[in-house]
Amino acid sequence: MVQYENLANDLLKKAKSKGATAGDIVIVEGDSFDVQVRLKSVDKLSNAHEKRLGLRLFFGQRTAVCSTSDFSAESLDRLVEDTCYLARCTAEDPQAGLPEPTPLVSPDLDLYDESLRQWKMEDKIHLAVQAESAALGQDARITNSEGANLSHAGRRVVYANTHGVIGSYPVGSVSFSVSPIATAGGSMQRDYWYSAKRKIRDLASPETVGRTAARRVLRRLGGRKIATCDVPVVFDPETASELIGSIGACASGYAVYKGASFLAGKLGQSVAASSVTVLDDGQIPSALGSRPFDGEGLATRKTTVIRNGVLESYLLDTYSARKLGLRSTGNAVRSVGDVPSVSHTNLYLSPGAHDPEAIIRSVKRGLYVIEMIGFGVNHVTGDYSRGAVGLWIENGELTYPVEEITIAGNLKEILMNIEMVGNDLEFRGTVASPTLKLSRMTVAGN
Amino acid sequence: MAKELTKAEDFFLKKFNLNTVQLEETIGKALGKRIDYADLYFEYRTNESVSLEEGMVKKAVKSVGQGVGVRAVAEEKTGYAYSDEITVKNLEDAARTARFIADDPTSGIPVPVRSGVVQRDLYPVKTPVSEISIQEKIDLLNRIDILARRYDPRITKVMASFSSEHKVILIATSDGMIVGDIQPLSRLNVTCIAEEKGNRQVGSYGGGGRGDYSFFLENGRFEDYTKEAARQAILNLSAVDAPAGTMDVVLGPGWPGILLHEAIGHGLEGDFNRKQTSAFTDLIGKPVASELCTVVDDGTIPGRRGSLNVDDEGTPTHRTVLIEKGILKGYLQDKLNAKLMGMAPTGNGRRESFMHIPMPRMTNTFMLAGESDPDAIIRSVKNGLYAVSFGGGQVDITSGKFVFSASEAYRIEDGKVTVPVKGATLIGNGPDVLKRVTMVGKDLQLDAGVGTCGKDGQSVPVGVGLPTIKINGITVGGTKG
Repeated sequence: MVQYENLANDLLKKAKSKGATAGDIVIVEGDSFDVQVRLKSVDKLSNAHEKRLGLRLFFGQRTAVCSTSDFSAESLDRLVEDTCYLARCTAEDPQAGLPEPTPLVSPDLDLYDESLRQWKMEDKIHLAVQAESAALGQDARITNSEGANLSHAGRRVVYANTHGVIGSYPVGSVSFSVSPIATAGGSMQRDYWYSAKRKIRDLASPETVGRTAARRVLRRLGGRKIATCDVPVVFDPETASELIGSIGACASGYAVYKGASFLAGKLGQSVAASSVTVLDDGQIPSALGSRPFDGEGLATRKTTVIRNGVLESYLLDTYSARKLGLRSTGNAVRSVGDVPSVSHTNLYLSPGAHDPEAIIRSVKRGLYVIEMIGFGVNHVTGDYSRGAVGLWIENGELTYPVEEITIAGNLKEILMNIEMVGNDLEFRGTVASPTLKLSRMTVAGN
Repeated sequence: MAKELTKAEDFFLKKFNLNTVQLEETIGKALGKRIDYADLYFEYRTNESVSLEEGMVKKAVKSVGQGVGVRAVAEEKTGYAYSDEITVKNLEDAARTARFIADDPTSGIPVPVRSGVVQRDLYPVKTPVSEISIQEKIDLLNRIDILARRYDPRITKVMASFSSEHKVILIATSDGMIVGDIQPLSRLNVTCIAEEKGNRQVGSYGGGGRGDYSFFLENGRFEDYTKEAARQAILNLSAVDAPAGTMDVVLGPGWPGILLHEAIGHGLEGDFNRKQTSAFTDLIGKPVASELCTVVDDGTIPGRRGSLNVDDEGTPTHRTVLIEKGILKGYLQDKLNAKLMGMAPTGNGRRESFMHIPMPRMTNTFMLAGESDPDAIIRSVKNGLYAVSFGGGQVDITSGKFVFSASEAYRIEDGKVTVPVKGATLIGNGPDVLKRVTMVGKDLQLDAGVGTCGKDGQSVPVGVGLPTIKINGITVGGTKG
């Protein structure tokens, strides 16, 4: 990667000679692999190599970003020219600029699995076939499949800026999923299950994933529609994570300073039930959301977003922090071709004391949500209304599946109405939550 | 359009120092004995975007992307490899990887290709939008900011962005065809936030297509986009919580056509039907809608966001009738699925970029006009919802269940449109919803040109359209029971 670090320094030097006052560069180079098997044979197989370079320049308080996948000298010269030109066209923005010079720390968070490179094609295909077979073999009602997918990607990220900060790290991920289809009474249902990790050895077994996928699709057969009602709602860890993801998006410094978040102006106020603590931690070894430093070269860290129901911090990069008179929380993300923005790292709701079974048992009549679809989340107002699939709870027991319903409320009330938090926190992606119980939501049906 | 092909072909061959013989050899290498079909997809694209917020254009972004994807197909198997470096060596490596799918070590002989001729140009552009100076676009965004703030003092935040893409593609196939296209695309978006006594609401509008920059300046378009975004934000300040339960719903013309896209269109894509995983599997020739409904997918409308001269496999786009007077007539096909199903490709094989394998996708999907007067449709509803604009939607292809969220909707009470409501979500079942259509208006409109459809992680620009329609008994998800 020394060659890319040199390239980055050369380009920044060239930009300065053309009048740029500051700037930074991100270079990403990597490989990706993806195979889809369906009904036990290979359906699609894709293999690729990519690299991209993004240059951000400042002319005083004016700024622009250009990016390219063409690393030829001629193309890179044009990239510098274009960026200089565009930057000069934009408006003076008093908060624009690099972070204060901060020495770059790059702890080894163990984010890359060297053995990915040696993984044989046959073994990868075999794993996907095993996972799908495990699902297909579970029950005669599993009649078809959207297939099983296995993919992995590895890349190296290089960051450099004109304060002399320079660093790089390797990062990879591997995942597989199975999507079986079950039929009964003339209706068809699909569900899926997956395992995603940084390392091959941490993946769940194909049998476990296949069987879980089968169990998930079978429980959806025979779905009914129910009458509109206001009832307690329990979110399983997957759907609860989606709720927490929405909270993370509303805590983004950009949404906040633009007034486009219901959490704007609420710092230090009680925004959730006292059992709710939401954290973002970018330094968990081998976790899918970890990174040693953020998109501006600042160290990632652990940030408490909500502590015991009180909004304690937003998620911030340098720019959004300056807009709000705060300091960056190391949450800058940088897609190569864009200006920095904010994203969570590993965002999670701290586990509570309750067994998920006990949470379900506490509900006399209510809904256990297992899937949500649609985009009915308004970050500005907090209005929340999404399509849902669930299992009806009657006297503390899961009974029949429920479909073609929506669940609606407002994130403000949803957070306040969290009545029980499960003890079943597990990191399966970059957002995680234990099982959650809300005291009430509107379920719309017939 | 023959001219566009020559331009695209010359562009790639010159830029990457390749010749037709090398392309023929690569296809031959990807082909092998057990491979039915192979193709190469070259892409070079430039994207540019400027955006305004807080009264200033503080963001300008430009990116250049290039690459080639090599595909080999053996029956239902697809092997794919791509590279962002377009060299003979990379082409050969990619061909070898793609061919792995057929477990076939033999490499084939070169496949001769000849230039295909496309007889039309659906998007003749005088000056590519990328050649209009950035300053002119910045000035436009600044004018929008002033206009929006003038609309109403309660408009507190204005965000606007202008994005354009200039994409050159070249496709060479083992059918012996080479075809190129130059595809312009641009879009202007305005978002306003209105505030009053701690109540904060948002409104968005935008449009675009495959045309000249002047499109946005003509007929007061950019002014209209701005006023629409501001009007929606102000309107939502007085919106009440949406009702919950089953009721009659009237969909306004244009963008609400997203209902067709979600509820029907995806379920009619060839891949899901070949695999028999769609709720519409085996329903061709059967009634899937009321006889008032005729739905088409048309990739040939000049200048539209969802239109293409040729799809991303080189097949000319078509007007495909999906539903005719309520009867399911056809699916949307790419080459692979058409062949396996014994049908003809419909020009719907699309991909996001050279990094993606093509699959059946929609272009511009809409319902043809009916005979009802839109006002009469509203008058016919005693208690229901009038949905005029939507945020987005999603469908579960297998169960057929779909969801979409209204961004502008009103209650209908005793045949009159009354209060605006917020946070309304419609949920239904694809194969069932159009059977509930009892009135179709004569006011077909296509959307303004902002749609992007996602499937399997690939995004492509699409169009939708609808006349005013009435749907009896659909579930509205709100909070007011």
